[in-house]
Amino acid sequence: MKLSKEQVLKIAGLARLKLTEEEVSRLSNELTDILTYVEMLNEVDTEKVEATSQVTGLSNVLREDSVRAAPCEPEELLACSPLPKDGNQIRVKRVL
Amino acid sequence: MDLNWLTITEAHKGLREKKFSAVELLDDCLSQAEKVRDLNTFITLTPESARAQAGKVDKKIAGGEEISILEGTPGAIKDLLCTRGVKTTCASKMLENFVPPYSATVVDKLERAGFVDIGKTNLDEYACGASTEHSCFGPTLNPWDKRCVAGGSSGGSAVAVASGQSLFAIGTDTGGSIRQPASLSGCVGLKPTYGRVSRSGVNAMASSWDTVGPFARTASDAAIVLNLIAGADPLDATTPPVAVPDYTANLSKGVAGLRIGVPKEFFGEGVTKEVSDTVWAAIREYEKMGATVREISLPSTKYGVAVYYVTMPTELSTNLARFDGIRFGHKPEEEIENLYGYYTEARGEGFGAEIKRRIMVGTFVSSAGYVDAYYKKAQKVRTLIIRDFEKAFLDCDVIMAPASPFPAFRVGEKASDPLAMYLADVHTIPASAAGIPSISLPCGFSGMAGSGVACDAGAARGLPIGLQIMGPQFAEGLILQVAAAYEQATEWHKMRPGE
Repeated sequence: MKLSKEQVLKIAGLARLKLTEEEVSRLSNELTDILTYVEMLNEVDTEKVEATSQVTGLSNVLREDSVRAAPCEPEELLACSPLPKDGNQIRVKRVL
Repeated sequence: MDLNWLTITEAHKGLREKKFSAVELLDDCLSQAEKVRDLNTFITLTPESARAQAGKVDKKIAGGEEISILEGTPGAIKDLLCTRGVKTTCASKMLENFVPPYSATVVDKLERAGFVDIGKTNLDEYACGASTEHSCFGPTLNPWDKRCVAGGSSGGSAVAVASGQSLFAIGTDTGGSIRQPASLSGCVGLKPTYGRVSRSGVNAMASSWDTVGPFARTASDAAIVLNLIAGADPLDATTPPVAVPDYTANLSKGVAGLRIGVPKEFFGEGVTKEVSDTVWAAIREYEKMGATVREISLPSTKYGVAVYYVTMPTELSTNLARFDGIRFGHKPEEEIENLYGYYTEARGEGFGAEIKRRIMVGTFVSSAGYVDAYYKKAQKVRTLIIRDFEKAFLDCDVIMAPASPFPAFRVGEKASDPLAMYLADVHTIPASAAGIPSISLPCGFSGMAGSGVACDAGAARGLPIGLQIMGPQFAEGLILQVAAAYEQATEWHKMRPGE
């Protein structure tokens, strides 16, 4: 599978990644190489094979829906954000 | 006094018998860290809090109180695990100033056990790499030859132990990130069964693959650490309620009657002759100790790297979506007015080249129109790899193979060829795919392959080679027992670099 620069830009948009022009042309080649490599999977017959999404066979892991002591204070969480705060809220950029 | 080279067991004994203090033990580790500073092992050293903790343990000992096995023992933590109040960078510009408000469960458990945390070790950015070259703080160098890489992604943790800066260290292994650097840097590295050790507070890379485990100088030390970190955790729903045995209980039981499977696929193309010869010499050693050896086949494991490089980037790109520069992360230099622009700028500036590459692959293979052909296909082939192992374990107790197809490579050698770097994990990915436990332990050095001669400690030449031992899920006790038997018969684990 060959990935064009346009496809690279489209994927970058989906992934919310700003790329330089140099990165776009490099990634176009590298992604093509990687996808070509993984296409060896097509030689495997998986007609009657279930997909594995987890390996230890757990299902429906439930717990009590109870309030637990918080591991930290709200101020500590807010301090992780690089953006300005307004009370207990983070001021984000314009959405629309 | 070289206290920094003691095993956990030896250090514990010395502390209890008041042969030295916990502060003296720590000081030897810190002065070694200073001496080998050019290896670039740590991102953050925490000598002050370490001294305070060591002092506390010394007071306890002076007061005639009993101390537990890890109390006062210096250890290091991969900078992928959150440590409350201590910067946790994931070796990424994205998190260069991130101070987590809580600690990983593993860190909490080790702190309750009284260990002395000397600092946060270097890694490939977000644990993505096989050489620690993809760190925004520069590569960690191999203590046996500074022109070579340490392996990765837990290169800093491996080197902390292998170069005597720390008695043990914690790493993470998603496709080989504990075993491969343990092999390349020359120490013991254990990847437990998926879910055996909690991932809570560990920055997620590929959630269905990620595991947390110890680096140590001996299998016995690895067992001691695993005893303390294993077990179900309400904060990580993927930790099964399987009882935690005493992993040190069977370490001296030997290997008489053990059935060893040796998969031919792990000795094929791409494996250097000296790695192949050295690992076979180790397997022959087991035969001398009463084990039986048979060749087996794991035909689907040759697709391991391909399965990994589809499913892992998918999970990675999803996990890294949270790094948007809002709740945490990098804030762009430039003032940006709209939210979309802020996201793309923050992520474009904050992530390094390898992370961008993997996010791009993961976003593509899981996008509409491609998810069946790539992602779901890979998940199905993963099932076939699991079946290969299940079948193999019907006739053998453990599987032995090289941990890496080659010894440590030169810094820069694979840095510009992503695929070549990915193939460095060809021997570690299969066990990760099946979620089974696996250990790497030193079994020889390049340049002396096949000699079968045990060297005196300190007389090393060449680069370390690691023997990988895989077992069925939750058989950590067995593979540790098998590893310990080899250490009782050989001296490789006593070799030290740079002497």
